[in-house]
Amino acid sequence: MSIVESTAYAAPGEPGSLVELRERYENFIGGEWIAPITGEYRENLTPTTGEPFCEVAHSGAQDIELALDAAHAAKDEWGERSPADRAAVLNHVADAIEENLEMLAVAESFENGKPVRETLAADIPLAVDHFRYFAAAVRSEEGRISEIDAQTYAYHFQEPLGVVGQIIPFNFPLLMAAWKIAPALAAGNCTVLKPASPTPWSILKLAEVIGEIVPPGILNIVTGPGAGIGKALASNKRIAKVSFTGETVTGRLIMSYAAQNLIPSTTELGGKSPNIFFEDVMAADDAFLDKAIEGLVLFAFNKGEVCTCPSRALIHESIYDEFMARCLERIRAIKQGDPLDRETMMGPQVSAAQLEKIEGYVKIGRQEGAEVLTGGGRPELSEHLAGGYYFEPTVLKGHNKMRVFQEEIFGPVLAVTTFKDEAEALEIANDTLYGLGAGVWTRDGSRAFRMGRAIKAGRVWTNCYHQYPAHAAFGGYKSSGVGRENHRMMLEHYSQTKCLLVSYDQNPMGFF
Amino acid sequence: MRAAAQDSGPAVGVTPAALEVIRRLESAHGPLAFFQSGGCCDGSAAICLKDGELPAAPSDLLLGEIGGAPFYIDADQYERWGTPRFLIDVAPGAAEGFSLEGLEGVHFVSRAP
Repeated sequence: MSIVESTAYAAPGEPGSLVELRERYENFIGGEWIAPITGEYRENLTPTTGEPFCEVAHSGAQDIELALDAAHAAKDEWGERSPADRAAVLNHVADAIEENLEMLAVAESFENGKPVRETLAADIPLAVDHFRYFAAAVRSEEGRISEIDAQTYAYHFQEPLGVVGQIIPFNFPLLMAAWKIAPALAAGNCTVLKPASPTPWSILKLAEVIGEIVPPGILNIVTGPGAGIGKALASNKRIAKVSFTGETVTGRLIMSYAAQNLIPSTTELGGKSPNIFFEDVMAADDAFLDKAIEGLVLFAFNKGEVCTCPSRALIHESIYDEFMARCLERIRAIKQGDPLDRETMMGPQVSAAQLEKIEGYVKIGRQEGAEVLTGGGRPELSEHLAGGYYFEPTVLKGHNKMRVFQEEIFGPVLAVTTFKDEAEALEIANDTLYGLGAGVWTRDGSRAFRMGRAIKAGRVWTNCYHQYPAHAAFGGYKSSGVGRENHRMMLEHYSQTKCLLVSYDQNPMGFF
Repeated sequence: MRAAAQDSGPAVGVTPAALEVIRRLESAHGPLAFFQSGGCCDGSAAICLKDGELPAAPSDLLLGEIGGAPFYIDADQYERWGTPRFLIDVAPGAAEGFSLEGLEGVHFVSRAP
């Protein structure tokens, strides 16, 4: 008898799991675990099976106030620390995450449903790097001096805002938390953070890892419903900035709360990103073509639950049949199943609500006359996954006026169409309400540059897609939101400019 | 805010189950308003807010009323979606955004009738 080594990690709480599991999790406030004042908890599900695996606090507005108390108590001391000290804390956080990389990758995968091979290779390493990046960035900040005249100088300093509110999405719970926490803390702020309702737990595991590294009160995490604590945080008079990633109506609401309180906001609200393949990608059957095919199939990355999902493929009509055939072959080879299995390429959608929405859009696509080239339904998987929220990678062929080409489905559903020339490709690419991401694939550098500049989107991947290195600004044009993340310019978003205007002249101005 | 032109039948309808949740939310929170969302995460959901929480913008289209609550959609979004009809239903599982029914552990769903 041969023993086959399992390629799957044990689920959190199971014997041999890397992830320790408690029955119940409280809020992380002021460096301590604090029971919600509401006294309420709710079950937290894994999308892998649809089964509950722990309870998390179902907090209310009073719990947000507690967190704000802790953040305000910590803000002066933290804001006055030297950049070197703050950077040391961020580097220490990065080291601790790296030491627990595999554990956090399993936790993230189990709660969100994303395959562990993605969390091991992307989510968690990128989170580590993000803290290191902002540690370095804040060390290298310097103010500007303006010489007004020989005896008058304007000295510009960046000062922290104080306490900020941050609301993160469910699709990259830890990475999006890192994107928001690292610049806020680096710039000298304290934060109160609300994780997304479907994914409140992995960040509490992160708090277990870094809880004793960050000074009490600078990072506070409160879990609960958006309508309760999300609003209590975003509309609170005691925050100096609010940051949000999510859908457009809540984005408008966040910006209106910020307007009422006269504070800044940054919002990232999604997209319907075009991924454009010119005829020359098939000029040779080589590594580049292989890369371009993978570039199309990246719509299935994180089961399509990505704001920049390349959800519209625009393919030159002369290569469509052959290129699409190669892509479909690759799509049909996607292994779906338990996200904790290292061989799984696509796990379940995050929630039953997302699954329903995706099914609804595929139905709408069929009604609109789109042709289903592959997928289109729920896969048949092993019995123990029957309660999970799995959907097949799906390709719909149609045209850009269809609703499935215009609205973000947030699932593994690709809408594909053809174009006849560069002008038409550009017209289709820009014919959308959104402008977050785009992809351009060509062997012609001049064309790549022209297209990249002409597409109305905040990020144009050129001969690549779905790369998120720190130091590359990320954010939207048009209805995709306001502000940028993932770059040192975030330090400006999380600080305010102090100008000391100094006169070295001994003489009066002469007015009075 | 503009009123939607209706060629035949209401542009937005509601299921009896959703209507029951609307009634309950109304007695707990007062008058309500719906906004059809778009974009990432739980985009495409109908977001239920206290009436006045988000003032309707000049670019919002009033599609109709459900359970006495106005139902708005951004006019550009409505056009780009092909001026569809909506049937508002409710399903188990808390709304993921700021929508009020999330407090009761359910979420409204915008279905195509």
